[in-house]
Amino acid sequence: MFSQCAEPSLLDGLNWWSCYLTTGKHINFYQSFLVVFALLLLTVPFILAFGFAGALARRSALFPIRWFGLAYTSMVRGIPDIIFFLFVPIAMDQGIEYLRHKWKCGDWSEPVRQGNDFVVCTAAKMPLGISPQWVHETYGFLLATLAFAIVFGAFAANTIHGALGAVPRAQLETAAAFGMSRGQIFRRIHLPQMWVYALPGLSNLWMILIKATPLLFLLGVEDIVYWARELGGTKTGRFAYPHPDWRLGYFLVLLVFYLALTWVSERFFAALMRRTSKGQTTIGGTV
Amino acid sequence: MKLTTFLTTAVLATGLASASMAQAIRMGTEGAYPPYNFVNDAGEVDGFEREVGDEICKRAELDCTWVTNDWDSIIPNLVSGNYDTIIAGMSITDERDEVIDFTQEYFPPDPSTYVALAGYDGDLSGAVVAAQTSTIQASYIASSGATLVEFATPEETVAAVRNGEADAVLADDAFLIDIVNASNGELAFTGEPVNIGGGIGMGIRESDGELKDKMNAAIASMKADGTLSAMIATWFDGRMVKY
Repeated sequence: MFSQCAEPSLLDGLNWWSCYLTTGKHINFYQSFLVVFALLLLTVPFILAFGFAGALARRSALFPIRWFGLAYTSMVRGIPDIIFFLFVPIAMDQGIEYLRHKWKCGDWSEPVRQGNDFVVCTAAKMPLGISPQWVHETYGFLLATLAFAIVFGAFAANTIHGALGAVPRAQLETAAAFGMSRGQIFRRIHLPQMWVYALPGLSNLWMILIKATPLLFLLGVEDIVYWARELGGTKTGRFAYPHPDWRLGYFLVLLVFYLALTWVSERFFAALMRRTSKGQTTIGGTV
Repeated sequence: MKLTTFLTTAVLATGLASASMAQAIRMGTEGAYPPYNFVNDAGEVDGFEREVGDEICKRAELDCTWVTNDWDSIIPNLVSGNYDTIIAGMSITDERDEVIDFTQEYFPPDPSTYVALAGYDGDLSGAVVAAQTSTIQASYIASSGATLVEFATPEETVAAVRNGEADAVLADDAFLIDIVNASNGELAFTGEPVNIGGGIGMGIRESDGELKDKMNAAIASMKADGTLSAMIATWFDGRMVKY
C-alpha cells in the first residue's frame, strides 16, 4: 500500500508494522468485519419474519397451519444448530440446482446422482461456473443467511408465541368491549403490549446470534475467524512478512470485538426495554 | 427486416463469443500447506500448485478460478459440484480413489517425516503423534500403534508439538522443512522418514472423465518438456525429479 513496503525484508519497527497491517490479506481481514455486520443486519428482519410467521401459525385456528408452526419450532429447536447449518445450505443449493436442471435441461438423459457425484448440466449450476468469484461468495453468504434465519426464526417464534400469550386477557376483552375487530385488537392492543414480554427473550437471541456468527466460517464464508486464523498462523520464509504463531494475538482482537459488540447491544436493549415498559402494568413499567 | 438482421448479428456474435471463450473451471485448494499451496500476503492463492495449476489450465485451454476450501470438506464439496478439481497436495490413495478420480501424479511420492521439539529421543512407535485429519499420515499413525491426535489444519498439528500436546508431528517433508528452518532450533526432525502415499494428483469427479483427460494430457506435456521438473526445483529447494 505504501511505497516503502516494496521490500518487506528491509523493514523494521513501526515501518514493518505499518506495512504488515496493510497487506492485501489484512485488508481482507478488515473487510470481513463488514461481512459479520452484514449478516447480523440482514438476518434480523428475516428472523423476526420467520418468528412472527411461526408464532402466528402456532396460534392459528386451522389445524394444519398450527401443526406446521409447531413442527417448525420444535424441529429446529431440537436439532443441534451445527447440523442445521451444515444441512440447510447444502440441501438448498442442491435443491435449487435440481429444479433449475429440470427446467433448463429437461432433455438430459443422465441421472443427477451418479454414485457420489451430484451432477447437473452446466446451465443449471448455481451460480454458473463462469460467474466471477464474488458471485459465488455472495450466493454462499445468502445461503448462510437463510440458514441463520431459519434456525433463529424458530427460537424467535417460540419467544413471540410466549409473549403473545403473556398479555393480560382483560386487555383484549376490554378492547373487544369497545367494539374493535379482531385485526384491530391484534394491531392496537395485543402486539404493542407483547413487546415488553418478548424483548428479554429476543435480546438473548440477538446476543446468541452475535456469538454464532463465527459459524459462518464453517459454511465456507471467509469471516473474521477465518482470516484471524489464517493471518495468525506461523509464517515461514516463504511469506513476505514471516512471523511465529500469532493466533493468540489475533483471537484476542476478536475477543475484544465481540465483547464490545455485545456490550453496545446490551445498552441498546436496556434502553429499548425502558421505552416499551412505559405505562405497562408490569413491575418495570410502574417504576 | 432491420430487427431481424440485428437479432441475427447478435445471435452470431454471442455464439462466436462463447465458442472462443475457454471452458470455466474452478480449482479447489486448501491454501494452508506451504509450499504446495498457501494464501500469500496479498490474499491470493500461491505456491507450487498455483504455478502448476495455472500452467495446466493454459495448456488445456481452460479458464481457471482459484477457490479455497477447508481440508475436511474438500472432497464432499468437489462431488457436490462447488468446484471442479482438487489441487491441494492430495496423495493418490485407494480409499480416495473410490470416491473421486485422480489425474496422473504431478508430484512424486514424497516421504513423510516426524518433527519434534529439539532433543526429543523417545520411541515414536509408542508416542503421541499429531497429524491433519483425513490425511495419509493420520491413517498411517492410526495403524502404526502410536497414539494419533488429529487436527483440522496443518498449522495446529505443529502448534500441538510446540505446546507439548503431542510428542511429534507427521507430515510431508516439504511442508515441515520450512517450519523447522523457521523455528530457530526449537524444532527438529526425528526418527526415520516413512514412505507412504502414491504421489500427488489432481482430484476430479468420477463423472467428469472429459476434464480428467484434458488435465492428464496437460500434465503429460509438462512432464515431457521439463516444465514440471523445473517448477518442482523452484519450489522444493532445487529438488531434481526426472519425468
